[in-house]
Amino acid sequence: MLRATWRSLIARRMRLLMSTFAIVLGVAFVAGSLVFTDTLDRAFTGIVSGTVGDVMVRPQGAQASTRAGTTATVPVSLVARVKQVPGVRDAVGEARSPTVYVLDKRGKPLGGQGAPGFAMGYHTLPAAHGIPALTLTAGRPPTRAGEVTIDPATAGAAAYRIGDTVSLLTAGTPPRITARIVGFAKFGQGSLVGATLTTFDPATAQRLFVGNSRGYQDIWVTAQPGVSDTELRSRIAAVLPRGVQADTGDAVAKESGGQIKQALGFITTFLLIFAGISLLVGGFLIVNTFSMLVAQRSRELALLRALGARRGQVTRSVLAEALVVGLVGSTVGLGLGFLLAIGIRALFARFGLDLSGTPLVFRARTVLAAYGIGMVVTAIAAYLPARRASSIPPVAALRDDIALPERAVWRRWHLGMILLGGAAGALIKASIRPVQHSTYVLAVGMIAALFAVILISPVVARPVLRAAGVPYRWIFGAVGRLAEENSLRNPRRTAATASALMIGMTLVSMMTVFGASAKSSVDALIADNFTGDYVVSSQTGIPFSPSLADSMAKVPGVQEVSRLRYSPAQIGTDKDALAGIEPRTFGDIVKIELVAGRMPAVKGHTLLVQDDVAAQRRLGVGSKVPVSLGGRPATFTVIGIFKKSPAILVRYLTSLEGYAAAGGRPQDTFVYVIQRGGADPAAVERRLQQIVAPVPTVTVKNQQEFAAQQHEQIDTLLRIIYALLGLAVIIAVLGIVNTLALSVIERTREIGLLRAVGLSRRQLRRMVRLEAVVVSLLGAVLGVALGVALGYALQRSQRDQGITVLAVPWTQLGLYVVLAALVGVLAAWLPARRAARLDVLRAIATE
Amino acid sequence: MSHQVAARAEHLVKAYGAGAAAVRALDDVTVEFYAGEFTAIMGPSGSGKSTLMHCMAALDQPTEGRILLGDTELGRLNDNRLTALRRDQIGFVFQSFNLVPTLTAQENILLPLSIAGRSPDPEWFDTVIDTVDLRPRLKHRPSELSGGQQQRVACARALVSKPEIVFADEPTGNLDSTSGAEVLGFLRRSVDDFGQTIVMVTHDPVAASYTDRVIFLTDGQVRDELRSPTAESVLSRMTALDPRRARS
Ligand SMILES: Nc1ncnc2c1ncn2[C@@H]1O[C@H](COP(=O)(O)OP(=O)(O)O)[C@@H](O)[C@H]1O
Ligand SMILES: [Mg+2]
Repeated sequence: MLRATWRSLIARRMRLLMSTFAIVLGVAFVAGSLVFTDTLDRAFTGIVSGTVGDVMVRPQGAQASTRAGTTATVPVSLVARVKQVPGVRDAVGEARSPTVYVLDKRGKPLGGQGAPGFAMGYHTLPAAHGIPALTLTAGRPPTRAGEVTIDPATAGAAAYRIGDTVSLLTAGTPPRITARIVGFAKFGQGSLVGATLTTFDPATAQRLFVGNSRGYQDIWVTAQPGVSDTELRSRIAAVLPRGVQADTGDAVAKESGGQIKQALGFITTFLLIFAGISLLVGGFLIVNTFSMLVAQRSRELALLRALGARRGQVTRSVLAEALVVGLVGSTVGLGLGFLLAIGIRALFARFGLDLSGTPLVFRARTVLAAYGIGMVVTAIAAYLPARRASSIPPVAALRDDIALPERAVWRRWHLGMILLGGAAGALIKASIRPVQHSTYVLAVGMIAALFAVILISPVVARPVLRAAGVPYRWIFGAVGRLAEENSLRNPRRTAATASALMIGMTLVSMMTVFGASAKSSVDALIADNFTGDYVVSSQTGIPFSPSLADSMAKVPGVQEVSRLRYSPAQIGTDKDALAGIEPRTFGDIVKIELVAGRMPAVKGHTLLVQDDVAAQRRLGVGSKVPVSLGGRPATFTVIGIFKKSPAILVRYLTSLEGYAAAGGRPQDTFVYVIQRGGADPAAVERRLQQIVAPVPTVTVKNQQEFAAQQHEQIDTLLRIIYALLGLAVIIAVLGIVNTLALSVIERTREIGLLRAVGLSRRQLRRMVRLEAVVVSLLGAVLGVALGVALGYALQRSQRDQGITVLAVPWTQLGLYVVLAALVGVLAAWLPARRAARLDVLRAIATE
Repeated sequence: MSHQVAARAEHLVKAYGAGAAAVRALDDVTVEFYAGEFTAIMGPSGSGKSTLMHCMAALDQPTEGRILLGDTELGRLNDNRLTALRRDQIGFVFQSFNLVPTLTAQENILLPLSIAGRSPDPEWFDTVIDTVDLRPRLKHRPSELSGGQQQRVACARALVSKPEIVFADEPTGNLDSTSGAEVLGFLRRSVDDFGQTIVMVTHDPVAASYTDRVIFLTDGQVRDELRSPTAESVLSRMTALDPRRARS
């Protein structure tokens, strides 16, 4: 039996190659995602472990650094006290910031968009477990104000040399400073993943990042040899005053590493979702290929049965073939995955996540996952055809085609309709009002809908194909008629081929609808709720210096300047976020509807709470809530409830004083500017632009520009998603090629006959092309229809997140259908050529 | 009987393979088929009958020699012209698998016309349908027709475009004698009633007796010819030519 399997594999290598390709792509995606994520993980673990001492002394309630940071500090005097603790070799007070950006010689910020710009006071203590921390690679450490070191990678990128003057952006005041480079220093662990690292002398760091000389953000402690971290931690903890805590470096590293992993976890999930889509589509290709191969070989298999092979043996021989395909596909996929990881790394480097300093991580888990997934998917996909193969009775050896009995098609239809009903229920439920776990309900509903349509597609295909046949016959006459009938010859196969394309088209259409809705919603949001004339913001929401808003307030023609400060926060028992606003002017800029309380009452330790959260947390006017931005919690009083609105995505608002009281830094996240009635907009804008000119990370945008910027962000994301979905479409196109090629082979005799009675080569090619087009159109039409429905459900379910408007770009969706038809023409290229080249007589003589 | 030549082969040679294994399926065949005549080609298996038909019907190219269809010399035509010729001027009936399984009987019959983008002459179509007695079966697919009916559909297809000449390669080879007689009767009638030219390969002396003229082929060469054959005269001639394989 094995020898027979091997023979048939060799004989069908071209056809198998195509289905192997589907597995290759799917596995490559999985492997690539895992390799990339593991590399990411190692890079961050490396950074994080290099940035903590054996023990860290921090303000109570401190969380590993947030972008905004906190004003909470430990007193300077504590350093001396800690040094006296037995077992402490040395200790140093630290002042750090993640938002100091190095400008290149032309004034452009270095490091990618969104990568942090680390800054700290220079010190020589090693990191936990004796790992080298700051390492000087050239020059000398900064010793006084006006001197800095930068990391060698950044220096290399901007061609800075020791002795050069460098401009730096800070989120403090002044926003832009200059300093002389006296050396290059990096973390001992190497790569900074696209971030930059600047060190200052300790006093300057303290002045810049703490703002006074009374405190430090933390104390970095190094243990004497032989003293364990945990032991030292307890000894230190014993001498600390109230409001200060000690943690081992490992604990802190784990905490911040965990946060980074969580933040980056979405990348893995995102990539794995696309891997799953590719594998699903690839699975279809395999089911189809094996079904056809089995059908073609029905005679051979029936012969095997007649010669005494048991059913199980026939099943196993087909499965064995599939496993070889799976094995080969997984191996190649694994290799390709490695290349893909390099590609993903390059892609992310463009977004500021530079992993070039970390070698790619190839874990055994990746290899196992690649082979496991590749083999399992292939085996599952081949199982049904294999079982059908074994049920071929020896007499079937004389039949041409083994059609699935109609009953099974209808059983699928019924199953599909039930599933579709369930899916619709789930989607409606998720889109009418947010339910618990509504994301899961939505996802399950979408997947169910997709499978339901796949199940009912053989039945739906018939009327759709017939409908396509009308213009076909009309335009192409006999050739159109033949193409129509060929596509209807085996609706289940046509539908399965189209389903693969449908999956990709559904997702693309869904994202198109959702993306268009998001853009329209942004426009509507800005038009309806935002009455400010200008928005001042920085890329990716990094806080910036308050001095910018101070200057803007003085510009003639400016009526109001309203700041918004924002930080993740611990509020009661929730990890949430807090925004500090200016109550007097905020209402002039953003529409806010108070259910209870009044805006002017917002001052000091008071909170406005969104109505939904208030209901959930049972908060009312007068409730007391502990709030902390990373220091000791302060108690706030709820003084008002505001209505949930997509214009205000924050659920807790306080005044700027309240924000400061909770430990928020005096750095702005957004500044809104309203100009005076009679002012010259051009003049005002020019002045505003002049103010932000020295700080290239910060931009001033008017309403249109602000909307355009939001559009651009949505478009960028959509482009990435389309590119990834493109792979699924490519696999589906390969499926069409494969199906057509196989069906051309199956119909060799008939093609010979058609040629004999006078069908020209051109007409024959056209016939195959038309077949491909009708299959693509079927996939596209089903996909776009389902995609619009799912896009609608997605939009409805996300309307609380600000996607309030449904926009269906029909022209674009129509274009997809046209493109699908073109794709069909492309897919038909080789099979059509092959058909046209068949020798008439030999074709007729084919058994 | 008119003696206008509908098709002619001159010094036709068809060789397969090369060297020692070379086979001359046709070895200097010169033969004429007359318009309005029903001609049978007979000969033992492997004697080159099908090869001759395929060359004559523009389905295959001879190694040497000329083929003239009316005034057209096939050797000068490219694939597109040959295709058009097959479509418009030649009818062909194979031993089996003559029909496109996805099309109805009517669509199969009209296939050469619709491929050419021509519409049928309705009167002629009716005549053909009535002659082959297929009217109630027109909407059926091949799989719903008997073997004899399928061959009649194939014959109707060969005739409906009013070709210059129809070639039939053992059209009754797969049929029982009753169905075979139906098909042969139909071919005979189309010669008698419409003046169609038909060339048919057969093994069967009874089938040959429906024709006007029998040409005997052995080892790729024309050996003999018989006019106004009967089953008995054909059989005795066959036995004379190849005593061992008289019925093969
Ligand atoms: N494609 C081919 N390749 C090689 N030899 C062939 C081919 N077709 C036919 N022949 C040989 O040519 C001879 C005549 O074949 P054919 O015309 O089919 O005979 P018939 O139809 O009289 O039985 C035979 O010897 C056959 O083996
Ligand atoms: Mg023959």
